[in-house]
Amino acid sequence: MISKKKNTHDASASTSGENAIANKEVEGLSQGQIVRRRFFRHRAAVFSLGTIIFITVFVFTALDFRFLGIWHVKGWWKWSPQDLPELRFGDCPNDTIGCPTISFRPKFLGGNGIGLGDHPFGQDDIGRDFFALVMKGTQRSLSVMIVIGALGATIGTVVGAISGFYRGKVDAILMRFTDFIITIPAIIIGSVVGFHFGNLGAMFLAFYLGLFAWTGLSRLVRGEFLTLREREFVDAARVAGASNRRIIFKHILPNAVGVIIVSVTLLMSGAILLETALSYIGFGVVEPDVSLGLLINKYQDSFTTRPWLFWYPGLFIISIALSINFIGDGLRDAFDPRQRRRISKKERQESATARKLAQAND
Amino acid sequence: MVAFILRRLGILGVILFGSSFILYNLAAISGDPLSDLRLSNDPNRDFLIASLTRELQLDVPPPARYFLWLKGVLGIFVGQPNFGMSRDGSTVAHSLALAIPVTIRLVLAATIFAIVLGIAIGIVTALRQYSRFDYSMTFVSFLMFSLPVFWVAVLLKEYLAISFNNFLRDPKVPLTFILGIGLFSAVFWASVIGGTKKKFWATFAIAGGSAAALITLFSLTKWFLNPSLGPIVIGALAIGIAFGVTQLSVGLINKAALKASLTMAGVVFLAYFPANWVFDNHPGSLSVFGIYSVIIAIAVFVALTYSKIDRGPIVRTAVLTAFISTGLLVVDKFMQTWKPYMETDAINYRPVPTIGQRSDLLDTSDWWLSSLDVVTHLFLPTLALTLISFAGYIRYSRGTLLEVLNQDYIRTARAKGLTERTVIMRHAFRNTMIPLTTIMVVDFAGVIGGALITESVFGWSGMGTLFRQGLLGYDLNLLMGVFFITASLSVIANLVADLLYSALDPRIRVGTGA
Repeated sequence: MISKKKNTHDASASTSGENAIANKEVEGLSQGQIVRRRFFRHRAAVFSLGTIIFITVFVFTALDFRFLGIWHVKGWWKWSPQDLPELRFGDCPNDTIGCPTISFRPKFLGGNGIGLGDHPFGQDDIGRDFFALVMKGTQRSLSVMIVIGALGATIGTVVGAISGFYRGKVDAILMRFTDFIITIPAIIIGSVVGFHFGNLGAMFLAFYLGLFAWTGLSRLVRGEFLTLREREFVDAARVAGASNRRIIFKHILPNAVGVIIVSVTLLMSGAILLETALSYIGFGVVEPDVSLGLLINKYQDSFTTRPWLFWYPGLFIISIALSINFIGDGLRDAFDPRQRRRISKKERQESATARKLAQAND
Repeated sequence: MVAFILRRLGILGVILFGSSFILYNLAAISGDPLSDLRLSNDPNRDFLIASLTRELQLDVPPPARYFLWLKGVLGIFVGQPNFGMSRDGSTVAHSLALAIPVTIRLVLAATIFAIVLGIAIGIVTALRQYSRFDYSMTFVSFLMFSLPVFWVAVLLKEYLAISFNNFLRDPKVPLTFILGIGLFSAVFWASVIGGTKKKFWATFAIAGGSAAALITLFSLTKWFLNPSLGPIVIGALAIGIAFGVTQLSVGLINKAALKASLTMAGVVFLAYFPANWVFDNHPGSLSVFGIYSVIIAIAVFVALTYSKIDRGPIVRTAVLTAFISTGLLVVDKFMQTWKPYMETDAINYRPVPTIGQRSDLLDTSDWWLSSLDVVTHLFLPTLALTLISFAGYIRYSRGTLLEVLNQDYIRTARAKGLTERTVIMRHAFRNTMIPLTTIMVVDFAGVIGGALITESVFGWSGMGTLFRQGLLGYDLNLLMGVFFITASLSVIANLVADLLYSALDPRIRVGTGA
């Protein structure tokens, strides 16, 4: 902490230079362009965005896709979760059954060559192709995540913004309603609904989880609005005659959008974990449907003998949640108007030279 | 203010009433508690149905039955709450009384570790923004954030518990492991402390070398079979703690505080043998508490003697030093219990359990043995929960501190010529804690309610297990009992968070207009 002193001096000394660089960069650009630029400069976020797009496309095209019974697209993977191919015996290590055929070691290093093989992730107890099962489960998790994220974000932002901006009675009522929702466990609603209407599937699960997932976000947005509405620029806007609507959408919301985006990404990565966890304990997606949590629950006991049944579903959960989190981080940096990227040494030198030249010219 | 709190409490009552009413009826229509009896071929089936119906008042329609339940619960205000009977014939209050301590034990340590570690790392990453350390901690925290607890739990069981138990059979640390730990420690400390290139490499060498040497020493002396700290190590650590706490709390420049803390380190060192005598002859939580109170009382006294002006911070520093160093005494006593614990038949040299909340076979007559048993059973769940929840605190504290460091009052503080320590610890850190406090309160209540998955993975029977039991068996009273506790906790936590926020941050007004 002590040694930081030096760096701070450095920073303050070069602020004017950095400002100059930063300002020059955004000259003549719209807010959207600035945000997009900043986002694409965040390497981890861009990489994650690529990953998530890749996973989504990879997963959704793998299996047969049916939409409302009319639109039918054939998947590129040869098995479907319902197929019952023959179980692989014999050529597995330690006398296990249905081991994975995926191989990363090329032939000249003594492996089987890079390739997927017949059953890349192995087979389950009755011989179903585990790759197809994982694809199906990932489809479920992704769609659940998106529905929960969208629903939670919309309700949470609207409730939080209204109650934070108008305060008073509206705030009291909305916040007590939030407390009310917080107290009702989503699991119960799910089990009740499931009992009465039968298993309505993953989409319905996502829908009602989304109806209960917005509480944290709304409290956060409300807090943000409460602080922002006291700031000088809001007073200035009001004095200038701006309407409430304009103040909310033009002055407060852009300042709160970073917080909203970040917590929505947290909400989404939380949603995928929630869905898998609920399915894991048996209150979420239930058989015969497939979910990553369900797969993990089913095969956690065979971890010592057939660990692949445990690794692959988890791997997909983690890579999705991780990518979403990184995208959120990138978006936050991009949206933050005070955020200045790290100025590289070269740019700093260039700006110093430019300054010196300017002084010399004076 | 009082009126505000009373009004909020009243509203909370209405909320709880509403949600419990809805929940009760939803749960009642979700399933028939008698369904499994109706299907059985038991000769006295009708009798069982009749008795269960009578006991649970199933002949009353659910909306009316809710008020019978409510009447029982409202007895809490006259000191006689009645949560009703569960299906297996025990009272719900009894089941809850058994389950609540289990759940709290499960989450308390993990939450505290997560908060302390998360905030500490979050602050360091914010101060070293855009450094390699910042980037790697960001990655680690995101990774932790993305881990499902049930998945981590299986991995921890397999790779940590079982292999550690195997390792204890012949506690020789392999060379690669020593080098790995050394390298990790070197990189970690060098990035945390930072500074010039020379300082970086010096820290790197010292931290890496000492960590590797320490592990080698442990390995050679078979320390893992019979661990202990001993008075000398405790004394040395206590002096280190004294310097550290003083530096963070008031700065080493405050000689009175430094003297008071060092004296407390000496007191803890001297207290080693008396404390052990007390621990051996009067085992129990009371004696631990007693030792703590005595040493903290001495700390207050010492601090007051050394200081003349500005006594508060000095007392705080001394007490904090005393509190942490006394913890070393307790840890040491637990370490001494380790060998006899492993030798018991119930444990048989496999001390890290993967499931359950205590060893049923263990003789519980020795307080230290049974406490150590609790600790070992807590080890895996606490680790899993900490790993998962501390990531959130890293992100929050980092973000908040960066926000605060941009504020004008920080620039003012720096402009006044305050030391960096004062600026960070007094001006920035305290303001960072404002939003964090409210998050912590809500989080803790949430964790208690959300222990369902952790409990099911680690085979603990706490609130989550009861909840599941109630849900699957259509056991209304049990379900509502758990709901009552978790829901009340969460609404109260939210109220406390609101009050705390307004108390800590005068810019937020509470009670006006609402």
